[in-house]
Formats: sequence, C-alpha cells, structure tokens
Amino acid sequence: MRAVVTVIGKDRTGIIYNVSKILAENEVNIEDISQTVMHDFFTMIMLVDMSNMSVDFNVLKNALETVGEDIGMSIRIQHEDLFNAMHTI
Amino acid sequence: MAMFKDVLETVRMIEKERLDIRTITMGISLLDCIDSSGAKSRQMIYDKITRLAENLVKEGERIENELGIPIVNKRISVTPISLIAGSSDDLNYVEYAKILDAAAATVGINFIGGFSALVPKGFTKGDRILIDSIPEALATTNCVCSSVNLGSSKAGINMDAVKRLGEVIKETAYLTRDADSIGCAKFVAFANAVEDNPFMAGAFHGVGEAESVLNVGVSGPGVVKRALEKAQDASFGEMAEIIKKTAFKITRAGHLVGTTVAERLNVPFGILDLSLAPTPEIGDSVARILEEMGLEHCGTHGTTAALAMLNDAVKKGGIMASTSVGGFSGAFIPVSEDEGMIEAVECGALTFDKLEAMTSVCSVGIDMVAIPGDTPASTISGILADEAAIGVINNKTTGVRVIPVYGKDVGDTAEFGGLLGRAPIMPVNKNDCSVFVNRGGQIPAPIHSFKN
Repeated sequence: MRAVVTVIGKDRTGIIYNVSKILAENEVNIEDISQTVMHDFFTMIMLVDMSNMSVDFNVLKNALETVGEDIGMSIRIQHEDLFNAMHTI
Repeated sequence: MAMFKDVLETVRMIEKERLDIRTITMGISLLDCIDSSGAKSRQMIYDKITRLAENLVKEGERIENELGIPIVNKRISVTPISLIAGSSDDLNYVEYAKILDAAAATVGINFIGGFSALVPKGFTKGDRILIDSIPEALATTNCVCSSVNLGSSKAGINMDAVKRLGEVIKETAYLTRDADSIGCAKFVAFANAVEDNPFMAGAFHGVGEAESVLNVGVSGPGVVKRALEKAQDASFGEMAEIIKKTAFKITRAGHLVGTTVAERLNVPFGILDLSLAPTPEIGDSVARILEEMGLEHCGTHGTTAALAMLNDAVKKGGIMASTSVGGFSGAFIPVSEDEGMIEAVECGALTFDKLEAMTSVCSVGIDMVAIPGDTPASTISGILADEAAIGVINNKTTGVRVIPVYGKDVGDTAEFGGLLGRAPIMPVNKNDCSVFVNRGGQIPAPIHSFKN
C-alpha cells in the first residue's frame, strides 16, 4: 500500500532529513521524491511504500505531524488512492 | 504516481477551498420491523439501526484519516416511518421519532432522516397519523429529520396534503419558538422526492432500495469558485468546461470514499450525490460562484441563467466520473447556509420570487428561507403548491424548507447555529390565497405523465 507525503512551508535546513528519519524508523520505504523551492517556499512530495510499515497508519501520521510542528512545516500523509481517483481516468 | 501539480491541486482543494465529503449516509430498510405492537416494532427498529450502523462513525473517521479528506457528517436514512408504524394501533407516532433519536445518539450520528410519508396521490391511515405527529416529533427530538412527498409527475399534487402541511409547519414553528422555530429546519415538503438522497433534512430510504446501502454526498462550492477565478475572460463554453472538470475530480473523490466505506462496513455502495452544498463559512458559497461569473450580486437579472449553467455542468462532470450518480446532484441554494445568499438578501438583491425562479433550474427548492412568524398557514401552503407545480411539470425534484420564525418579522434575523447558519427574515406576498388552498382534492397529473 502506498501513500503520498506532502511537505509545504518555508525553506530551512534538515527538512528531508527530519521527514525521512521518521519514515526510516517505521520501515516505510521512499520510492520517489519531487521537490521545488520557489521564493523561499519549499514544497516536497514523496511517494512512499508502507507494505512493511512497523506501526499503525495513524501513529505514523501523528509522528509526521509532530515533526512538522517542530520544524514549522505542514506535513500530510494521504493514501495514494485519492490522487489516482481524482486525476486519472 | 499522480503528477506533482495534481497532488498539490488536491491538497489545495482540501486545505484552502474546503473540499469535503459532506455526508456518508447509511440507508437502512425497516420493512422487517413492522409489528402490530408499536412498542415491539420500536424495539426492533432500535436494535436494527444500532446493529447495522454500529461502525459507521468509526469507519468514517478512519477513512477520513487515511485519505486526508474531511467527512463532515455521518448520517442514517430509514424507510418512511408511516409505512412501518401504519400497522400498529398507535394514534400518535412521536414515540417512533424518539426511538430514532435514541438510536442516532447511540451510534453517534448527527441526523437521522425518514420520519416521512409518501402521499402524492392520497393518504393511508399511517400517513395521516405521521403528518399529525410531525410538530411534536420535531420539537421533542434532536437528530430526527422529517419529510413528506406531496406530489409527483406521475400522480399530480395532493392539495389536501399541501393544505395540511402549511398548518403543520406553523405548528412546528410554534412548538420550537424558543429556538427561532428551528423545528421547521428539519422538515422538507417534496414533489418528486428521490429515494436515495443522502442529504438532510430530506433523506429517507426508499422502498425500492436494498436492505442497507451506503450513499455519499460530496460538496465543494469553494473549489468551483476558485477554478472560475482563474478564468476571468472565459466564454460560457469555457466556463462550463472548467466546472465539468472540477465536478469530475470532486465526484471521483466521493466515489472513492463511498466505495471504501461501503466495503469496510460490508454493505453495498448506493449512490453518489454530487451537490454543491454551501455552508455559512466564507469560501463555501454557491452564491459566490454565480457572482464570479459576472453578477454584481446573486439575485440580479442573469442569476437564473447562471445557476442553470452551473447546475447542468456539475451534473455532466459528475455523470462522467461515476456510474452511480444519484440523489439530487446539482447545486443547492439554501439561504441561511450560504454566506453569499445571506448577504444578497440583506442588500435587497435576492428576493423570494427570484429564489422561486431559481428553483426551476437547480436541484432542490425554496430551502432554509426564514419568513415572518405571522405568515398564515394558507400562504405557506401556497408556497408549497407553487414549488410542487414547478417540480411536477418539469419532471424534477423540488422541496420547500421554510421557517415562519415565531415572533419575528422582516428586518429581524433568525439564528440557527452550526451548519444551518442564520437567515434574514424575507418578506412574502401578503395577498391571500386561502380560497385556492382550501378547495381540496388533487391537481391532476400533467399530460406528460401518460408515457406508458
């Protein structure tokens, strides 16, 4: 099962480090990353595989949201299905 | 993986433009709860609802979390109670409303619909008792919603029901006078009622439906408005295309949520109703979409045409996105629940008569309109008859949810709170229609009903 992690906020050091650390700790594999920085505004989208995830989805979600608050970024994780449903025929 | 910009578009729709799943509504048949003993029947009703809907809220919240899209309401609709209670010897069905209320509280939902009667061509004993019980039922319960279908394109309009319901609405307003007559906000009088509508107050589980289904209502006026903002110089054809594409995306999200919840609750997925349903929040208004098309205020000349195009484009986008589109699917125009409509009424741009014209081209009808508390019952019946006529002649659903706010008059505002919002009292025509309303009988079925 795959999910999309979206990280949005003011650019700073250690964003990818902090997010990927949580993912690695919970056995979530990063399959793809795209990112862009425009006018100091950082946007990153990760496609992650949760097949071997060692915790419940909600635990991971809370952990990502907490780290988001710590580093001042908005971090969301959503099942991939939603994006596929809305944007592909 | 969906493209970078697609992901960001979805996130923006949810975070900034208030895209949400407005409701997941579980339809439950109560036909097997009929019993000659009212008490026994009510126990069966309670047991069945609490058993089937036990996990509705829990699963709804779980999916909300996983997909990251809000599911605002979890609700239940049941078989019209007049059909269930009619076999009992009870002379008043308020106890049935109370048991529905109790079941709703147990499973943690905020509305349960189906305290209803279907009388387009006449009354049964159960229909009459149910209609007489509506005022007290709405005044003594919290979550119960009521509706009556009083006309259809096949049968015409039951004018005896029209007359009686004008009185019922007045009685309900009086019994709930301490809360700005809020009981009337939980009652809809329909023509051509749909049997699979997930939206309140008019949801009920039709007799042609399965044992239990899951219906979904999706919203998103803010998303449509934002899409049109980006196309300032668009022609009508281009605007229609933008609305269709947006509606398509919203519908797909709703379809995914509906099928997923249904699968987890182990009930069949019913229908998806893509209706632009406003809320009183800024950025969640249907009126503002119409204004975005170039109207100074909703209600001015051109409004009916703008709404017609919006409604049609929403339906087309929805139909393409899901094979299970049903319910109303279009645009709702409830005054008290739409920040832009409220402003349009307050500045004098939107009148009662214009709202009536708008209902001939959109999904529902005169919705959440507060009128003076001293409006005669016969005038309310006249409003019901006019709306029913629009529905019956044009082969569409129409409904009326008016609130004659006890003790208030034009210039005052009724405060309902929450999703129901607030409503400036709108003037109605003061000329008498009681002789017309009191004639009694049936307005015959229109000529186009004879397709067979």
